[in-house]
Parts: sequence; C-alpha cells; structure tokens
Amino acid sequence: MLTWTIYLSFAGALIEALLPKRNPTVARWFALAVAVATLVLAIAGFCTDARHGLVTLTDVPWIPSMGIRYTLAADGISLVLVLLTGLAAVAGVLFSWNIELRTNEFFAFYLALIGGVFGVFLSYDLFLLFVFYEIAIVPKYFLIAIWGSTRREYGAMKLALYSFVGSAMVLIGLLVAYSTAGSQSTGITALAHANLPVHTQMWLFPLVFVGFGILAGMWPFHTWAPTGHVAAPTAASMLLAGVVMKLGAYGCLRVAMGLFPHGMDPWGFSFIGIGSWRDVFAVLAIIGIVYGALVALVQSDFKFVIGYSSVSHMGFVLLGLMTLKQIGLTGAVMQMFSHGIIAGLLFAIVGRIVYERTHTRKLDELEGMHLSKRLPFAAWAFVIAGMASMGLPGFSGFVAELEVLAGSWKASGWWTATAGVGIVVGVAYTWRALQKAFFSDKHAEPHIHEHGHELAAMTWPEVTGVTMLAAVSLFVGLYPKILLDVIEPAVRTLLAGGAR
Amino acid sequence: MNYADLFHVTLPETALELAALLVLIVDLAFLRKASARTRAASAAILGIAGCVASMLAIGAQTGAGLYASDALVLVNGGATAVAQMGILALTVVTLLLLSDAGFTRHVGEFVAVILMSASGGLIISAAQDLLVIFIGLELLSIGLYILTAFAKKSGKSAESALKYYLFGGMSAAFLLFGFSYLYGLSGSTYLPRVILGTYMASAHGATPMLYMALVMVAAGLGFKVAAFPFHLWAPDAYEGAPAPAAAFIASVSKVASFALLISISYVTLHFIESFHVSQSYVTFTVYKAGDPQPQMARGFITAWPALLMAISFASMIAGNLAALAQTSVRRLLAYSAIAHAGYVLLGLAFFSWWPRSSQAILYYVLTYGLTTIGAFGVVAVVEKATGSDKLDAFLGLSKKNPLIAAVLLVLFLSLAGIPPLVGFWAKFNLFAAVLSAGGTSGTALFLVALAVAMSAVSLYYYLQVLKRAYVMPAADETPIQAGALTTTVLVLIAAAVVVLGVFPQILDAWIAGFYR
Repeated sequence: MLTWTIYLSFAGALIEALLPKRNPTVARWFALAVAVATLVLAIAGFCTDARHGLVTLTDVPWIPSMGIRYTLAADGISLVLVLLTGLAAVAGVLFSWNIELRTNEFFAFYLALIGGVFGVFLSYDLFLLFVFYEIAIVPKYFLIAIWGSTRREYGAMKLALYSFVGSAMVLIGLLVAYSTAGSQSTGITALAHANLPVHTQMWLFPLVFVGFGILAGMWPFHTWAPTGHVAAPTAASMLLAGVVMKLGAYGCLRVAMGLFPHGMDPWGFSFIGIGSWRDVFAVLAIIGIVYGALVALVQSDFKFVIGYSSVSHMGFVLLGLMTLKQIGLTGAVMQMFSHGIIAGLLFAIVGRIVYERTHTRKLDELEGMHLSKRLPFAAWAFVIAGMASMGLPGFSGFVAELEVLAGSWKASGWWTATAGVGIVVGVAYTWRALQKAFFSDKHAEPHIHEHGHELAAMTWPEVTGVTMLAAVSLFVGLYPKILLDVIEPAVRTLLAGGAR
Repeated sequence: MNYADLFHVTLPETALELAALLVLIVDLAFLRKASARTRAASAAILGIAGCVASMLAIGAQTGAGLYASDALVLVNGGATAVAQMGILALTVVTLLLLSDAGFTRHVGEFVAVILMSASGGLIISAAQDLLVIFIGLELLSIGLYILTAFAKKSGKSAESALKYYLFGGMSAAFLLFGFSYLYGLSGSTYLPRVILGTYMASAHGATPMLYMALVMVAAGLGFKVAAFPFHLWAPDAYEGAPAPAAAFIASVSKVASFALLISISYVTLHFIESFHVSQSYVTFTVYKAGDPQPQMARGFITAWPALLMAISFASMIAGNLAALAQTSVRRLLAYSAIAHAGYVLLGLAFFSWWPRSSQAILYYVLTYGLTTIGAFGVVAVVEKATGSDKLDAFLGLSKKNPLIAAVLLVLFLSLAGIPPLVGFWAKFNLFAAVLSAGGTSGTALFLVALAVAMSAVSLYYYLQVLKRAYVMPAADETPIQAGALTTTVLVLIAAAVVVLGVFPQILDAWIAGFYR
C-alpha cells in the first residue's frame, strides 16, 4: 500500500506534464488530488504492522547480474517520514495555489520530487535508495530556477551542485561498500551483515555521513540552505526544509550509521576532547545549532531568518543521531518530523502569505506595516509557529529537542550545555522576527482602511494549509506517544543491529 | 587461408561495402534527376538495408574466425560481435537522422562514405594482427576526414577537416612507428605473439625500446578515442563537421576504437590461454598463491595499464574542466566526449579477463554513442532553425519545441549520470567493474573517486544548456519545426535512454548473450 505513494506521485508528475497548458485550475486540483491521495496512503500505512518492526513491501530482482534488488520496506522511522512527506506534499500544493506561470510544469516537477522523496524513505536497497535520492535533486533545480525569486539561478545551481557533490561522495561509498563486501548485493540488510573491515568503515563512515550531511544542512556545508531557501518558491522551500533536508538526515542514519557503525569507534587518540568521528560530527552539529541561531538573529530578510533557523534545527537532528542513545535517536527522528512541519509552516507564512501581499521580506520595511492588524491571521499563525519553533511545551519541537538534549547529556554534558545556548538564541531570533514583522509600533498608525491599501484577504488554501500544519504540530506536541510508539521499536532495532 | 574462407569471415564487411557501392550506383545512375529528398531517402534506405544484412551476417557467424598461416587474423563472437552490432546499430541511427540534413546535395556519396567507414570499424573490432588493425583504422579514419569536410559551402567544415586530417595523419605515423618497434621486438605482427614476444624481450633488457613503442601506440590510439593530450582535433572537428558526420565520429568511431582497445587489453591478459597457437614452450608463473587472478607480469603488461591510467586521469580532468568554459554546445559535447573517454579508459586500465570488464566497457560506449547521436540530433534541429550552436541558441527551447527540449533534458541528464537514466547505470557498472578488478584501495579507488567527483563537476556544464532550454526567458518564441522522422527517432532514442536506465538488464543480457 505504502509503495503506491511512490508510483502515484510519479504517475501524477507524468500526467501533469501532459495536461493541457491553458487550464491551470485543472493542474492545481489534480496535483492536490494526488497529494491528498499520497497522504491518505501514508496515514493508512502508518496504521500497519510496520509500526512494530521492519516490513518488506516489495522485493523483486532488479538487476540480477549485480545482485541489485528492488526492495521497498518500511519500519517506524520510514513511516513517520513518509507521513511527514504526505503532509508536506498537501501543504505545498495548497501554498502553490497562486502559481500562474507554467502551472502544470510546476506541479509535474513538484510531484516528481515528492515521488523521489517517498522512494528514498521506503528503499531498502542502497542502490535503489541512491537512485531515488538523485531523482529528488533534479526537479529541485528546476523548481527553484524557474519559479524562484531572489537570485534564483544562483541559488538553484548552488543547491544542485552541493547536492550532487554530496551524492558523489555517497556513490563512492556505495561502490566501495559493494566491492568490498563481495556479497554481490546492495541490499541494506546484506551490506549491514557484510562485516566490512573496520579500517574501511573508518573512512567510509565520514565520507558517506558528510555526503548525506550536506543535504541535511550540516555546518560547514550548510551554505546552500539559506540561499536555496530564499531563492525557492514557497512550496519548494517548504519541501526543501520540510522533507529534502530530512533525506540527508535519513541517509546519515540509515546508510552511514546503519552500514558503517564501526566508523564511529574511537580513533585511539584524542585531540581537544575529540576522539572519534562521532565526536567530530557531534561538535559540527552543535556549531550548526549555535551558529545558525546566531546568524538568524541578525538577518534583515525575513526568509533568511527562517533559512538559518533550519540550519540550527537540523543541528539538533544530527546531534541526536550522534548521541547513539535510544532517547537521542528517537528525539532526532522526532525532530525531523517536527521541523518538517514547523519549517513548512514558517516558510508558508513568510514566503506566501506575507510576501505575496506586501512584496517585501525586509524586516525593516515590514516593521512599518502593522501587519498584526492588517493580517491578523498571519500574525497569530506565526505566533503559533514561532512558539513551536522555539520548542515551547505543547508543541512537537519541545518533545524532540528535549529528547535530543537528554540523549546528549548521557554522552557529554558539554554538548548539552552548548546546544542549550542555541535554544536560548532560538527564542531570541523568533521573538525578534515576530516583533519586527508583525507587532511593531515603531511607526505611526497608517490609514489602514484607506482605499487601495487593503491587503488581499486570506484565501482558503492558505487557511487550510496553515490550520493543518499548526494542528499537526500541536497534536503531536500534546500527544507525542502517537509517533514515539512507532519510532522507538525501529530505533531499538537499529541500535541493536547496526549503529550500537 | 583460402578465398572462400576469407569471403565467409568478412561477410559483414563485404555486405557493407556492397551496400556502399549500391548506394553510389543507384544514386548516380538512376536518380540523377530525382529530387534531393528522394535521393536522400533511397540512399538512407539502401544503407540501412546494408547494415541490417551485415548484422545478420554477424549473427550467423560462429567459430574462431580467420586464420592466416597459423595465426588468427580476425575473430568473431564475444566482445567483437557486440561492438560490431553496436557499430551497425549506431550507423543505422545516424542514417535515420540524415533526412533533414541540408548541408549537401550529394547524400549518396555521404551515405557511401559512412558505410565504408563503418566497415573499417568492423575490421578493427575484430582484428588480431597489427597490420590489419592499421588498415582498418585507416579505412575508418579516411572516411571520417571526408565526412568532416562534406559541407562544402562551409569554411568551418573544410578547416576542421584539414585539422582533423593533419592530426590524424600524424597519429597514424606514430602508430605505425610504434607497431614497427613492436614487430622488431617480437618478430611477429600477430597480437598475442607480439605480447608474448615483448614479454620475453623485456626479460632480456629491451624495456626502454618497448616503452617507447607503447607510448607511440598509445598516442595513435589515444588520438582515435580523443583522449587528452591527443584530443586537440576533437573540438574543431565536432564544431565544424556537418551534424550527422559529427554524430558518426562521436559514436561509431568511438565504439570501434574502444573495441580495438578492448581486444588489446584482453589479449594482454589472455595470452596465457593463447599459448596453443604459439609454438614456444615458455613457462612462467603468473599465478600467485591464494590469488585466483593472474598477476600482471612485466613488459607490456605493467606498462600498458600504467599508460592508460595516466591518459585516463588527464582526460577526465582536462575534458571536464575545459567543458566548463565552452559557449558552443558542439565544443561542449567534444570536451565532454574527452571526459567520457577518460572514464572508459579507466575501465581499460583496470581490466580483468573476466567478461565483466569488457561487458561494462561495451555497455558504456554503446549507450554513450546512442546518447551522443541523439544530442547531435537535437543540436542539428536547433542549428537548422537558429543557424547557431551557441548556448544562447537553446534559449527558450522548451517553449519553441517542448518535445525536442524534453529529449535534450533526458539525454543531457543521462550524460551527466543522473539516475534512473542509462548514463548513470553505465557509470555505476563500469566503476564497479574497475573496483572489482583493481581492488578497493590504492590507485583504482583514487581514480574512481576522481571520476565520480568529476561527473559531479560535469553536471554544471550540462545544466548550462538545460538552463537555457528550460529556465531563462527567450527573446523570441517562434516555434522550431523538426521533421517527423527526426522527431520520432530522437524521441525513441530518449525513450531508450530511459528504458535502458530503468531496466539495464535488457542490454546487459543482450551483451552477455554474445559471450556464450
């Protein structure tokens, strides 16, 4: 059933490309129908046996001469991320409702991207996973380059090259793992049991981790993220932050840590407290958390604030992975889900709701617009999203970051303390953006009811999208058990089998 | 050897030559007054019929091939048959794309030269004798010089043909010089015996002379596959030649030259098995304890892969970096061809005598040839409408002709190695073969990592073209028309690139079928 999320998206993309060009309404409704259908499938899949452990969905020989199989499987981690992708897909279509330029092409690329993402989360063969991973890169380039805004060609090319360099590193890892294992298989289970020599794992792990980490916004390879997010059209930045960055984190978890667990062994010597690749990446993650937050604090462009906040939040995911503790890993997966929802919401408010009406993203200009009075819905939606983003109790981000910090405390108190600084700064930049953009009374009250100065009313796709995402974040925050119950068995298996 | 055997073994080449003569006769004797369209169509149809006949002949061939005295001159089956089939199939595709070409009134001659050249390609894929190799190469090359010069009204065409010819003549001289040294060292022109002879000679301290011979040979063959630093002709030839000629040079000639390199590499490793044809009883141990693969011995056997590695390394870097700066799509394709030659040479440098290596290389060059023909087909369509092959001529192609733009998208992404297109699978397969032959540490790993990194670089220049076709706004959006046949062929090529990428097993199994 879950596998149909992939096929449906690709079929949808193909049909979108062939739809008549003159009728954008059809293209929109069709894309929405496909996205909703994938969401329904994702929810249905969420309730299946895969909650309790790995379930193989499809397993047929694909390229027998190389032992490559078409294996799709799902465990709790996949389920949560597939669910996230379904939600983000629907929200993304809703927030692209106003795209008039080459509408059907837009949705064709959009659905192809979604299909690739579903594919990565469900693949259980490394070769297949890589194929889907690359399929997700190309549509991103076109989405940003054609429909983007600020410096879109630059942002798109930078994103494409960063992603492709990352995937080149992953490909080298895949080739070497395949050749060294000698098992004539690229199945993830087969490779995990291939007992690759420790010295090989020692260099494959960082190579593949960085390769995927680039897409997860890992400092110092994060620089594509802010420019890419800013350049992208709203739906694309929602997808970028919401699911594409999760592809990277998922790859780090499933491939780098799952297949090369001995790469995290101590080197046998330590330098300023860093004694293994695990320490290196944990430190990079913490730097990402603090650096992203500090840079977000001084941005003048609203979208850049969100862009850098993504770097900071993804730092928590990577830190959670590097704790190698049950609670930390669970928190990391939780944070992937939570950040996917919240980042989508923030980008939707900033890029779509506010920008389309005010045509500026400069915080200084927004300051004088009294948006809290003119766009009360947007203002309060941002308050909710901001609270979720800060990690206030009651929202999904709280549970996730708490678990990550708890896990990192078990590993090293310093990690927790420094990452905690990131949370404090996170509160600061969110308040600053909120205050400047919506609740500033710096300038005199303009004549807001004057004719011609009214901002367009909220449209139904916007209201629906915001409500959906905010409700999910709130629901998961109040009742995290619904996800935790699914994530925990999967993480336990992973820790027992692959990454210790 | 008697003439009946000769005729029997060379039936594929003979079929092509006969078709070439037939094309000339029909065109010059019966169709002088006919319209250019009819002449082009009849020449192409006859040419395709010749190729099909030749394919049937190859399919029917069995056995060891042609012996002259006790030495095997021409082989068939295995890698040779795959390469020959590939050469003919790609020739057919080239001929199919000829219908729109308006560069000449003498399509008959053009087709005839293509067929003769292709028969040269068939010979070098099968040749096992230095002299036969040389003759086949010249038959192939001289045809290519003529094809390059065929657009008589274009100064560029003549210029590029002259450059190509001068470089080609020089490299042929190098090759022949190298061959003469090899003959001097080994006393034979028969490839397995040359290799055995050079081995024994190197044991007696004649190594510097052997190295010199090998460098000469590498220069001559490096020219044919346009590997750095013997690539200088390629950008000019690709840019100046009429599009179908450029497509032919980029695909068929490449496949043939790589087939030759495969047979050299194969013989290098396989000569131990070929002992029965030589009468000597030299015994030497090349098996090491615990290692099922024969060790690379001295002489030819270490120097040759080392040379290929160096050329491959240089080609990957030079081709990809130079392509970044190009503004003409044809030159861009030329530099990318240099880069692709580098990847394939990597496969040859780490060659194993298991069929896997040669199969991976053949898979790569065949699919690369097909993709390149398609790319030149698109360039020809754009060129015909805009009169230029500059990057900016591709502006707004997605609006002007969405179908052709989609073909361009598929082909270029495949060249860049994006899955699920065939270019990705070909690369993966090739690099996996290299790692399995060369081991996952040391030089093989380093070069594979470099190749993968360089394909990441290559995405940039392929995207430069796609960006213009899809992203950047065009000044005028007048539709570009392409002929129905051309469009169909291009769409079919793109479809093949997708299908073979998703189901690589189809072609894989077909290739493996010839090895039984």
